[in-house]
Amino acid sequence: MPKSIASPSPPLPQSPVTRARRRSAWGDMLFHRVTQGFALLTLLLLSGIIVSLVWGAWPSIQHFGFSFLWRAEWNPPMERFGALIPVYGTLITSAVALVIAVPVSFGIAFFLTELAPGWLKRPLGVAVELLAGIPSIVYGMWGLLVFVPIFSEYFQPVLARTLGTLPVIGELFSGAPIGIGILSAGIVLAIMIIPFIASVMRDVFEITPAILKESSYALGSTRWEVVWNVVLPYTRVGVVGGIMLGLGRALGETMAVTFLIGNINSFQGFSLFLPGNSIASALANEFTEASGELYTSALIELGLILFLLTFIVLSLSKLLLMRLAKSGGTQA
Amino acid sequence: MKPVAYPWLVWRRRLLNYTATGLSLLAMAFGLFWLLWILWTTFSLGVSGLSFALFTQMTPPPGVEGGLANAIVGSLLMVGLATLIGTPIGIFSGIYLAEYAQRGWLGEVIRFMNDVLLSAPSIIIGLFIYTVYVMYRGHFSGWAGVFALALIVIPVVVRTAENMLRLVPASLREAAFALGAPRWHMILNVTLRASMAGVVTGVLLAIARIAGETAPLLFTALSNQYWSTDLDKPMASLPVVIFKYAMSPFEDWSRLAWAGVFLIVVMVLALNIAARVFFRRKTG
Repeated sequence: MPKSIASPSPPLPQSPVTRARRRSAWGDMLFHRVTQGFALLTLLLLSGIIVSLVWGAWPSIQHFGFSFLWRAEWNPPMERFGALIPVYGTLITSAVALVIAVPVSFGIAFFLTELAPGWLKRPLGVAVELLAGIPSIVYGMWGLLVFVPIFSEYFQPVLARTLGTLPVIGELFSGAPIGIGILSAGIVLAIMIIPFIASVMRDVFEITPAILKESSYALGSTRWEVVWNVVLPYTRVGVVGGIMLGLGRALGETMAVTFLIGNINSFQGFSLFLPGNSIASALANEFTEASGELYTSALIELGLILFLLTFIVLSLSKLLLMRLAKSGGTQA
Repeated sequence: MKPVAYPWLVWRRRLLNYTATGLSLLAMAFGLFWLLWILWTTFSLGVSGLSFALFTQMTPPPGVEGGLANAIVGSLLMVGLATLIGTPIGIFSGIYLAEYAQRGWLGEVIRFMNDVLLSAPSIIIGLFIYTVYVMYRGHFSGWAGVFALALIVIPVVVRTAENMLRLVPASLREAAFALGAPRWHMILNVTLRASMAGVVTGVLLAIARIAGETAPLLFTALSNQYWSTDLDKPMASLPVVIFKYAMSPFEDWSRLAWAGVFLIVVMVLALNIAARVFFRRKTG
């Protein structure tokens, strides 16, 4: 290297290799920071959502205080707003959805992991995932125009005659079978979240070490006993995580519920046949038509409540699934 | 065979097992039943609404013949731009999480928040864009819709990009380092290239997801009855037009809505299947 000979200063810093290395170190630093910046954007986004919602909801928060949470009145002309009806509708439709979706998803996961022959596993798994891919507006429109007429004609009267005559829970299945309402919204929500819960359950069932299952089979257990006594206890945390994920989806689902729930802002009774409203559908229906600052900010406050609700549920879900992944990692 | 000590216990266990197996089969059938029913309805009602006018004429007022041309173009434009904005952000964040922040609290926090965003209600994303962009600009616009959809693309791409980059064997990275490649060079030319199939799959799935999103567009892009490619004005999109038309009592509107649903379902299913086929072929 003639250059280093000609130079009186120490040769290394000026050698082309070192210069390239220094340049690449600088490039590395830059690249590191750029990717980090984009990643921090995600963090910023989430806090941005909370801050912007609080800011947007501020007039309503100031005006109504905490009583917003338990007031059942929603009266735009009088500018009196309370969150109770939409919060109740959101929670009750999600509860109906979970009651239906959890056992069905468990059955599907049981079938896909233990019963289905190898050649059938993949296509059926894909079919379940395709069900998850269908946009919610399709569920909503199909629910309103195809499902509800059949449901009110054939199923609601049967429900009223059977479950409706029982004490206590009979109350839930009373009233006129008009089709749209909390029950049909909950059923369509269940159909929507089944694929989410089922695929999480299938995935966590599959991480059960084969040695545990084989030991149980070797002791003479039936398939059901293996799943119920070995797989389920081993993956319990993950199963709950999957259910919470489904719940998070159900709470925030907008379009399907908007088509089906009836959008009525007053409380009429505990029957599931009655129409109601959910936070998301109140937003979808009323937001662009809301006039006046207080009305808009009351709706934004509803959105804030929904976001905090789903944030808690989804965080719990994620924490549970992470715990399972960690314990699974050490035992595998 | 030795006689069993408690035959009734065996029967009970067998019975329980058969019941559970039967119920599980039933659950599977239940799940597939809805998929087939929804697809059948969509196809039978949607195909009858298909026509040439659907792609050439604008969304009509009630009682007038028309098509969905402006909604289709609006959807394509907004979905396309949102993908263009969201994909690079998502890939770079994914690179950071997989290559620089595999451990450490910052990576953990970002990963956690990203997963929460991934499942956050899409209507909240719309509300967010409304408060930070629509309120600031004073009117609904196509750009607002683009931003809302981009925010939905990002977490999907981050998740798949990170997962796919992590699957690249460490030996490939070490080989690149051993040849003297700087880290960024190694990431862009070795690990990212090796995981390209997975990343593309993630992008396809993200497009499938936003193609049918309605809620985030309701108070960002709103809708537009006329032909418009001006992103600074309210813009029509297929899902929002379907929402409006499906709820209406007019026969023509309902037919157009089913045709729109058909288009969306075909596109979403095609993207989902394409993503899977592509991923399988590229990764073997």
